[in-house]
Amino acid sequence: MSASVLPEGLDTFPKLLARNAGQWANVPAYREKEYGIWQSWSWSEVHEEVNALAMGYVALGLNEGDYVAIIGRNRPSLYWAMLAAQAAGAIPVPLYQDANAEEMAYVLEHSGARFIVAEDQEQVDKVLEVQDRLPAVEQIIYYDKRGMRKYEHKHLNAYEDVQAEGRAGHARLMPVLKERQEKLDENSTCVMLYTSGTTGKPKGVVLSNANIIASAKASSEFDSLSAGDSVLAYLPMAWVGDFIFSIGQACWTGFCVACPESPETMQADLREIGPSYFFAPPRFFEGLLTNVMIRIEDASPMKKWLFHKYMAHAKKVGPDLLDGKPVSFGDRLKYRIGELLIYGPLKNTLGLSRVRVGYTAGEAIGPEIFEFYRSLGINLKQLYGQTEASVFITQQPDGEVRADTVGVPSPGVELKIADNGEVFYRSAGVFVEYYKNPESTAGTKDAEGWVATGDAGFIEESSGHLRIIDRAKDVGKMADGSMFAPKFVENKLKFYPDILEAVVFGAGRENCVAFINIDLGAVGNWAERNNIAYASYQELAGHPQVLDSIQSHIEEVNKSVAADEMLSGCQIHRFLVLHKELDPDDGEMTRTRKVRRKIVGEKFDDLVAALYSDAKSIHTETEVTYEDGRKGAISATLELRDVAVVPVKREVAA
Amino acid sequence: MNDMNPDSYVTPDGRTIGGKVLEMRNITLRFGGVVAIKNITFDIREGEIRAIIGPNGAGKSSMLNVINGFYHPQEGEIYFHGEKRKPMKPYQIAKQGIARTFQNIALFKGMSTLDNIMTGRFNHMKTNFFLQMLWKGPAEKEEAENREIVEKVIDFLEIQAIRKTPVGALPYGLQKRVELGRALAAQPRLLLLDEPMAGMNVEEKEDMSRFILDVNDEFGTTIALIEHDMGVVMDISDRVVVMDYGKKIGDGTPDEVRNNQAVIDAYLGVDHG
Repeated sequence: MSASVLPEGLDTFPKLLARNAGQWANVPAYREKEYGIWQSWSWSEVHEEVNALAMGYVALGLNEGDYVAIIGRNRPSLYWAMLAAQAAGAIPVPLYQDANAEEMAYVLEHSGARFIVAEDQEQVDKVLEVQDRLPAVEQIIYYDKRGMRKYEHKHLNAYEDVQAEGRAGHARLMPVLKERQEKLDENSTCVMLYTSGTTGKPKGVVLSNANIIASAKASSEFDSLSAGDSVLAYLPMAWVGDFIFSIGQACWTGFCVACPESPETMQADLREIGPSYFFAPPRFFEGLLTNVMIRIEDASPMKKWLFHKYMAHAKKVGPDLLDGKPVSFGDRLKYRIGELLIYGPLKNTLGLSRVRVGYTAGEAIGPEIFEFYRSLGINLKQLYGQTEASVFITQQPDGEVRADTVGVPSPGVELKIADNGEVFYRSAGVFVEYYKNPESTAGTKDAEGWVATGDAGFIEESSGHLRIIDRAKDVGKMADGSMFAPKFVENKLKFYPDILEAVVFGAGRENCVAFINIDLGAVGNWAERNNIAYASYQELAGHPQVLDSIQSHIEEVNKSVAADEMLSGCQIHRFLVLHKELDPDDGEMTRTRKVRRKIVGEKFDDLVAALYSDAKSIHTETEVTYEDGRKGAISATLELRDVAVVPVKREVAA
Repeated sequence: MNDMNPDSYVTPDGRTIGGKVLEMRNITLRFGGVVAIKNITFDIREGEIRAIIGPNGAGKSSMLNVINGFYHPQEGEIYFHGEKRKPMKPYQIAKQGIARTFQNIALFKGMSTLDNIMTGRFNHMKTNFFLQMLWKGPAEKEEAENREIVEKVIDFLEIQAIRKTPVGALPYGLQKRVELGRALAAQPRLLLLDEPMAGMNVEEKEDMSRFILDVNDEFGTTIALIEHDMGVVMDISDRVVVMDYGKKIGDGTPDEVRNNQAVIDAYLGVDHG
């Protein structure tokens, strides 16, 4: 990048932080609930904490250009650890905290991190377990002191102590920081983020200051975010979105980032914080809706009636009201009453009352789920992004929100669609390279800066919005040549509260079949109300009545799929309910919880084969990995069911 | 004054165990004609995890109740921090810094986790009832101080998510944890745990073991526990007393106890005729 895309003097994070410490000295920058109380740090306090840690790093021997791995859940201290790495001229590499030692070893080895900042004993243990394979690792810094007393502290330091050392050496170390920071500019590496690896080994995506700050700036302006906004940071720190929101946009606009007390209290903390800017993957919104529906099922008949009556009205006019389209006076009035009785209290309970801008991305969201939140008056929008793009490729402007598109190109992004349907983009946010992997870099980014997304889609003529069909690799043809887009069907299935996950197979086949994962919460609640006894997930998943209800859902979905001209061939002919939940620990999903279709297909190839045979049931044995890495096996006999399909005239796609 | 035996020892994992916190000398407890505890002598030392094990009806819980002051032994003497203890009421003993949990959970089911743990601070509250009712002046300050200690316990036991949940609605394993929390809130010098792992599944047992070890490590609390599950006991305790039919049949490190013939007989079942 030759021409500067950033304002003078704001091209690195140390500079942004210094500006914020001056401009918003007493404005809360980070909050965290601890000991039951929301603690907060202003920008000037954050600046001091970050500098103290950065000086501590230097005192411990951190060099310019070193990689600092950060492992833990969202906590202000760990965000500061990243900012401090930048302040000391090093490069932060956040890792997925729920990764097992094996996965962690790969990333640590590949990045060659010399310093590791770990949240607690659990993370330190994981690093120590694989340390003999990581000769580069020199220092481990831990934040939570609990249980750490007995460890050998030769290369182990408490976060607090490192900061104290930094503060003590202020006179000696500050000039070093200053000198290092002067050498940084917009082309310096800002952060290295590892892709979740839907396919194969994770790749280290190198993003420069220009990438991150330009993206943060453009997206903040797109939604007019300001220092008055607030977000809740609960998504993995290793994910690019969290880096953009909790560091990029936060430092750019000065808004406040709140961290939950613990992962389990996220929902309660969300309600207490009431963020104005909120991001969640479709899975979150699905889960939330499932919870609401479970609770409504348990409510008194009066409440149930009221809920359904007003939700029907909201569905009718809510989205239009949000988009500013004309709505009759009577409908407006009824909506206002609904707001008072149902929508308002519901949004408050969900912690979404103050959401001004909400985004969902990562995967397509079921249209019905999307509409549910929009109809409540929550400005939920979709965006389409990638780590390689510093998140933003397309997003939906206010007033042009639809469930089936992902919006118009974000400011400064160019799009083009290749002949095979694959989407390409070019922007200021485009990554520098894959770390130590020039072949992949060349394979993804061409000389002119166009990046392949790996997704197939098209730009809608009428609106100029991008529509994503599926992963380019997943979109295929069925035996008769009609188009096969599994995600399209899966998303429809996942709208049902009792279906957690669905995997559809059918590429190159006569017809489609599906694996279903039930949602233990929803189905368990239903079983309880209907006096159905079960001892395990497996038993519940195989219960005939559960299968009956899943079957009826699939038949509904088949009807709606049949209505789509292009994809009517994707109706599901046979299905089974899996005896175990798909799990990242077993490699069936990524750490961001996206299904690895190919791996699932290979791992359960006996089940796929059985679905394409005439068998009525199949016995299978599956290896499972427990959280601590031990392995076990579960065996089950699964029932295979046929589903009614809607006959359609097959028009072979050209 | 009695001799405070100063001979400390070092555990295999490197903790230094201090002098005697509690010493039971020749304790005998009878209920009418039934002898629940027969002439038992043992001690508990500063900073150690001391287990009392034995088959059903061996007198383990009775022993805990004697330490706790709920039962008064007919014979024998108890020395606490080197001083002979006079017969006392349980609340007086609690004030001395001995807290306990119960075999069958004894929480206030309708109260939240937070309130239940707050009750553990009762002995540390000095302001009077009226001030507390008005929540004015020193009472307010005191409440905040105590709340802070309670919040630290909640953080320690990782039960933030159930802070406001009525304990009656919690699963068994969590209720056990709340009960431990209440005992910890009292900041005891000696913590008595009556079957902390009874009725738990393997994962819950692992969690509870972790917490017991962490409490001991982090706060230096001396812990005496009764437990059925031999595996768990042998893993986490420093020294073990084995009881059978009210008598002490073994006392020593887990390894010593494991190889003790009397203990093996008691557990594998030998004709007691």
